[in-house]
Amino acid sequence: MRSNSAPGSSASLGVKLGALGAFLFLNVPILIIFLYTLTPDETTYTFPLPGITFKWFGVAVQRADLWRALILSIQVASVATAVALILGTLAAAAVYRSSFFGREAVSFLLVLPIALPGIVTGIALRSALGTFDFPFSFWTIVIGHATFCVVVVYNNILARFRRMQGSQIEASMDLGANSFQTFRFVVLPNIATALFAGGMLAFALSFDEVIVTTFTAGQQSTLPIWIFSQLVRPRDRPVTNVVATIVILITFFPIFFAQKLTAGTSDTQGETK
Amino acid sequence: MNTLLSGAGVHSGNCEIMTNITAPALQFDQVSKYFGEVRAVDQADLDIRDGEFFSMLGPSGSGKTTCLRMIAGFERPTSGRILLHGQDVSSLPPYERNVNTVFQDYALFPHMNVEENIAYGLMVKQVPKAERLKRVEEMLELVRLAGFAKRKPSQLSGGQRQRVALARALINHPKVLLLDEPLGALDLKLRQQMQVELKALQQRVGITFIFVTHDQEEALTMSDRIALFNLGRIEQTGTPAEIYEHPATSFVAGFVGTSNLVTGDVAKRITGQEIIFSIRPEKIHLADLEAGVPQDSHSVDGVVRDVVYLGLYTRYLVELEGGGDLVVVEQNLKTTSMDVLKVKGKKVRLHWKKEHVREVGN
Amino acid sequence: MLQRVSTFLYLRPRMVLWLMLGPPLAYMFVVYLGSLINLLVYSFFYLEEFTGLVVREFSLRTYLESVNIANREIILRTSTMAAAVTLADALIAFPLAYYIAKFASPRLKTWLIISVTIPLWSSYLVRVYAWKLILAKEGILSWFVDLLHLSPLLDWLLRLPGIGGSSLSLSPLGMFVVFTYIWLPYMIIPIQTALERVPASLIEASSDLGAHPGQTFRTVILPLAFPGVVAGSIFTFSLTLGDFIVPLSLGNSKFFIGQAVYSYQGTGGNIPLAAAMTMGPVVIMILYLLIAKRLGAFDAL
Repeated sequence: MRSNSAPGSSASLGVKLGALGAFLFLNVPILIIFLYTLTPDETTYTFPLPGITFKWFGVAVQRADLWRALILSIQVASVATAVALILGTLAAAAVYRSSFFGREAVSFLLVLPIALPGIVTGIALRSALGTFDFPFSFWTIVIGHATFCVVVVYNNILARFRRMQGSQIEASMDLGANSFQTFRFVVLPNIATALFAGGMLAFALSFDEVIVTTFTAGQQSTLPIWIFSQLVRPRDRPVTNVVATIVILITFFPIFFAQKLTAGTSDTQGETK
Repeated sequence: MNTLLSGAGVHSGNCEIMTNITAPALQFDQVSKYFGEVRAVDQADLDIRDGEFFSMLGPSGSGKTTCLRMIAGFERPTSGRILLHGQDVSSLPPYERNVNTVFQDYALFPHMNVEENIAYGLMVKQVPKAERLKRVEEMLELVRLAGFAKRKPSQLSGGQRQRVALARALINHPKVLLLDEPLGALDLKLRQQMQVELKALQQRVGITFIFVTHDQEEALTMSDRIALFNLGRIEQTGTPAEIYEHPATSFVAGFVGTSNLVTGDVAKRITGQEIIFSIRPEKIHLADLEAGVPQDSHSVDGVVRDVVYLGLYTRYLVELEGGGDLVVVEQNLKTTSMDVLKVKGKKVRLHWKKEHVREVGN
Repeated sequence: MLQRVSTFLYLRPRMVLWLMLGPPLAYMFVVYLGSLINLLVYSFFYLEEFTGLVVREFSLRTYLESVNIANREIILRTSTMAAAVTLADALIAFPLAYYIAKFASPRLKTWLIISVTIPLWSSYLVRVYAWKLILAKEGILSWFVDLLHLSPLLDWLLRLPGIGGSSLSLSPLGMFVVFTYIWLPYMIIPIQTALERVPASLIEASSDLGAHPGQTFRTVILPLAFPGVVAGSIFTFSLTLGDFIVPLSLGNSKFFIGQAVYSYQGTGGNIPLAAAMTMGPVVIMILYLLIAKRLGAFDAL
């Protein structure tokens, strides 16, 4: 009886089955998309697949509208990530190095865009653009994305700063390095992986964002917008499957590596404690 | 007092004295530091001589670490001046002061190996690589870490990290080396070994060491002089012997070594005067009731309430007749633990030479 | 030169602070808070019915309109959905969160956490799309139901008023499944975090005192995990309230809040009404965040 509930022992069958069920529910649906890229059926989602074909990858590659959407998405995500890296790092450094009135409020303000439903950010930006007669452009999409990417970088960098061992910055200055040298030789190497992880997450977040984008893109089409239009009015079902797969792959790896990077550092920290 | 004396010197027009006065390695001139309303350091005056091993001793929160941080340049004084070899450095950033620090947690750079850590100060000053390597080599010899150049800090023991931190600071030939509780993280045996090594090292390189610690034994064994801090003020500055034997205040008497502070009626009964005095436990003799009291001694009777056998010596707690108690320490020259433990509960006579009594203020 | 700049800045820490804090704060204040405030202001304007133009005068008319009978129905429908999704998510999330927190080996745990956090960060839209495939009339779920000879049951479910529809991929029932799936990670993570904080000694103590595993679960683990469930609920509830992608992709003609907002500002051109209707979720989330901040649970977000 006691060994049943002691920590580290195995879970009861009910817990195991429940956990397995939830795990499958969470992860299997994505795999279905991979399967459907191979269907020869152009008009319905028939299962079992009536056959297997690889032709849709070829068809997708020929589509100019897809390439435009893909390139726009990558450009937007890159610029939004760059903006987020700069703003997020600055904010994290400021919050880390000094205590000032309203420090908590900074975290609060930064976290708001991911805590509030995307539609709020979207419609707020949209109405602001309308109020000031600001035309939709590449930059309106970037501005929208950067608002919720900053917090991702900020959180990663701040967590790393707080884990930084000892008084390294003071030690560096003590040994004769000025602020810039200290940043270059001590701070940057310490936060490099956090910058990388934060950047990766921000990129993935921006790359497949759709809700805010629908409000700030106007007539432009990012890859997610393209998929969304297909969701509402399916016209190119097999091609959509291929595009969905591409989006999954493009977002999976950055997030996976970012998670591994941050999970790894927190593991080693746990060991030293 | 000091300023009065030197003022007198100037007035007498004795120029020889003037030329002989070299600027102290480090000077605090009425230095105060406030953190908001909190007075961390309160009008501190200090003169630290060149080549001295100087300790700042005090309980945590007494202001000693803040003083160290002001010397290093991490904090700026709210008022007053800090002079380094006569130059006012109060508003220079850390990297423009010829002062280096050994941090409590060593603060080694985890992404650099031992060699890169030690060479850091030379690297940022763009010393050519060949010379850097040569000097790192010398430093590794000095701190007996030859062969460890390529290790990462995480692959070193606590004592080794400490030596790397020391080498990293000393390679810059600082005018003053600051050490912030550098032995705190080490175990007792290693600590005692490092105390000896540090002292030897200091005498070899001849650099002024300023050593911050809360461990009075450490301060007493290593220092040329000690400044004792309490509540942001310097209570007393002096050699270990001066501080130990002539405590200026009751705080000093209580903090340095164990001291018996005797006040009120008990003090009056023993000395016949209305004074407060301190007497060190090892100066008190424990004797039978029949024993005679030597000349020029105080004596008082009491009952032994507690006996703690500590190997080399034994600590007794004696309750005095008429209230109060005294701690007495005697070396176990001939006695065994069995002998001393039997004393518990016995009536005894305590006596000590009058010269060992220190009258203390307040 | 750099040295001089460095020293100049070093001696002015306040200035450095503002140099660092300035750009991100300016960005967030001007772009984000500015827009939110603009939205709030808009919610007090109203749309002139004949001209279809926004009248820029303070009025509570739009708020009244936002709770008229048609909209009340939308609000009720959305809230019911959000509550059902929250409940389902809590039930599904608990065993997995419990397993990750208390039973999984460190290695497995890392992998499980990654498998939960990846969907949290990515592919929201693609994951909705996956269910379009699964729930389609001729899709994998129908096939599976058929295989188990349960088709009559499914048909019966789809005929139920309120939750049914022409197929699973065009019904509130389908939306419920998709919402539950999409927001599940937002429920797992807070519960798991809460359970991590339950000391093992507490569980041992309970069983030591003679409690069955079931009793320990009910009297010790469940109450201690409750804050996590609450935290997760706020996410699932608020996210369902504001979502418009799922209703647009899988819903029928019956509107949900997010969808209504989307169409008011888009085709309807009624930004004031759209603004007024988003203020509900905004107020809920801000209250929640303030409480979470007070409880110090902010860094974990």
